Amino acid sequence: MTVRDTDPTLIDADELARQRRRRVEKIASWVLPAAVILLALFLWHWTVVANEIPHYILPGPGLVGEALVANAATLFDSWVITIQTTALALLAAVAGGVGLAVLFNQSRFAEMAFYPFAVILQVTPVVAVAPLILIYVTDLDLGLFVIPEKVLGMLIVAWIVAFFPILSNSTLGLRSADHNLRDLFSIYGATRWQRLRYLQIPAALPYFLGGLRIAGGLSLIGAVVAEFVAGTGGMGSGLAFRILEANYRLKTDLAFAALILIALTGVLIFALLSFLSHALLHKWHESAVKREV
Amino acid sequence: MTPDLADGGAASAAPSPAAAERAARAPLMSVRNVTKVFGRDVVALRGMSLDVRQGDFISLLGPSGCGKSTALRLIAGLSNPTSGRIEWAGGGRTDADLGVVFQEPTLMPWATVAKNVWLPMRLRGKSFASCRADIEDALETVGLKGFEGAYPRELSGGMKMRVSIARAMVTRPKMILMDEPFAALDEITRFKLNNDLLAMRAKLNCTVIFVTHSVFESVFLSDRIVVMAARPGRVIHELNVDEPYPRAEIFRTSAEYAAQCRAASEALNEAMGGAGAGHE
Ligand SMILES: Nc1ncnc2c1ncn2[C@@H]1O[C@H](COP(=O)(O)OP(=O)(O)OP(=O)(O)O)[C@@H](O)[C@H]1O
Ligand SMILES: [Mg+2]
Repeated sequence: MTVRDTDPTLIDADELARQRRRRVEKIASWVLPAAVILLALFLWHWTVVANEIPHYILPGPGLVGEALVANAATLFDSWVITIQTTALALLAAVAGGVGLAVLFNQSRFAEMAFYPFAVILQVTPVVAVAPLILIYVTDLDLGLFVIPEKVLGMLIVAWIVAFFPILSNSTLGLRSADHNLRDLFSIYGATRWQRLRYLQIPAALPYFLGGLRIAGGLSLIGAVVAEFVAGTGGMGSGLAFRILEANYRLKTDLAFAALILIALTGVLIFALLSFLSHALLHKWHESAVKREV
Repeated sequence: MTPDLADGGAASAAPSPAAAERAARAPLMSVRNVTKVFGRDVVALRGMSLDVRQGDFISLLGPSGCGKSTALRLIAGLSNPTSGRIEWAGGGRTDADLGVVFQEPTLMPWATVAKNVWLPMRLRGKSFASCRADIEDALETVGLKGFEGAYPRELSGGMKMRVSIARAMVTRPKMILMDEPFAALDEITRFKLNNDLLAMRAKLNCTVIFVTHSVFESVFLSDRIVVMAARPGRVIHELNVDEPYPRAEIFRTSAEYAAQCRAASEALNEAMGGAGAGHE
């Protein structure tokens, strides 16, 4: 056995290699995706030029960029609306999903009664029922303010798409607490509320956040589907409506510009929720812990 | 303390001071003819009786499946006997009377060491600030001063176990139940924790019921060894270890210790139907 004096300036070869690797990975994590996107843009451009595809069938990236700039004001307004619908639907999905999960957790009978119903809602293709939902709803008067029927209908459609991953993940998470810890809570005479608050909810958090990341993307898809179906004109029309409108007028470049904004929104939502997940879990959960090797 | 005492072992005739002191202890809890059946035909325990007195350090020693954990769960009130009774001196037990240590450290990974130790107090509605002194005291007893803010994943297996012990003792319970707490640890760590456990018990002056597979551990730690046999789970022997507390590491090398270990081994052999000594 050899004993080495611990000299603080002494960094072993492994550590140096590790630092180098970390630096390279950090750069690569930006450079690689950027390179792939640039390559894709180039291929796109090249396909259009080489095959002389007319711009109303497939516009090149340059034209789409121009359309994006030229229509910046309208697109921005629509973007805000789509984000609003998405965010509201996600909030409703969190409230509904978590609320139902807690209810199911507290009452086995409620779970037996309603879980199949939730599954049915989930597997029903929402595109097929969305037009009906939009017909059924009317303005909802909440006293303080009124939710217009169209907005309400779109929210319901987006909610149906987004709430299930939160419900199923939270349900699983609330059940996932270590059984010895549960025994410990019983021995110390914990109330139902204490058990939920101090044991089940923290144990469910990683599961919930996993569901939330899926639901974030789904609520955007739900919002887009709802906008397609609702087809609102004039004020209150989101990006999906812009796509429909642009297609009717053969302004394919504008449709692509709106599409790119939607995709960008999805990426942003995912990044935001990943960041949230990391912020909440990095101190303790294995999925988010950086380990020293 | 002479080798020729070995034959007598636990059953040595002359009442030692330790034995006299033990006999004078006040009753704390009794297990009265308790049977536990799981499902229709799994008899985990049959007719178990055990009188626990204040200050006892009892080891439940026996082969796998003899109902040690079942007995502990019944005492903890986590399940009810199929027949028989568990009686606590002075009426029922309150939640404050009991501390528990499981085979795994069973810590909340999302909470720091201090917050984990706080748990039993928190469930009793006490604020963290008002428990701070108790928490620090408990952590100091198990040798974890300075680790209050660490998360469980940052600790070694032995340190996690120490946190678990600190949590069990922070309420100063009358009785601590331990289910093979050190089984997963290496021998060096186990010896250290054995010593710390005795120090903790001396400080708290509490009763301990300690489940183990290890003859050596049971002899070193306890003053009463209850040997159990399986299929059906039952008590077949009770041995006393008269070595007075505090017990130092030197006790492990004494002739008295060797004699006690032999006596306990023989009882355990009998528990396993006399088939070779495959314990621990
Ligand atoms: N919840 C349960 N349901 C059915 N059978 C059980 C249950 N718990 C324990 N048993 C059975 O009761 C018997 C005693 O189990 P117990 O866990 O008390 O043994 P043990 O002495 O603690 O064993 P080990 O040393 O391996 O931990 C075993 O045969 C086991 O299969
Ligand atoms: Mg056991």
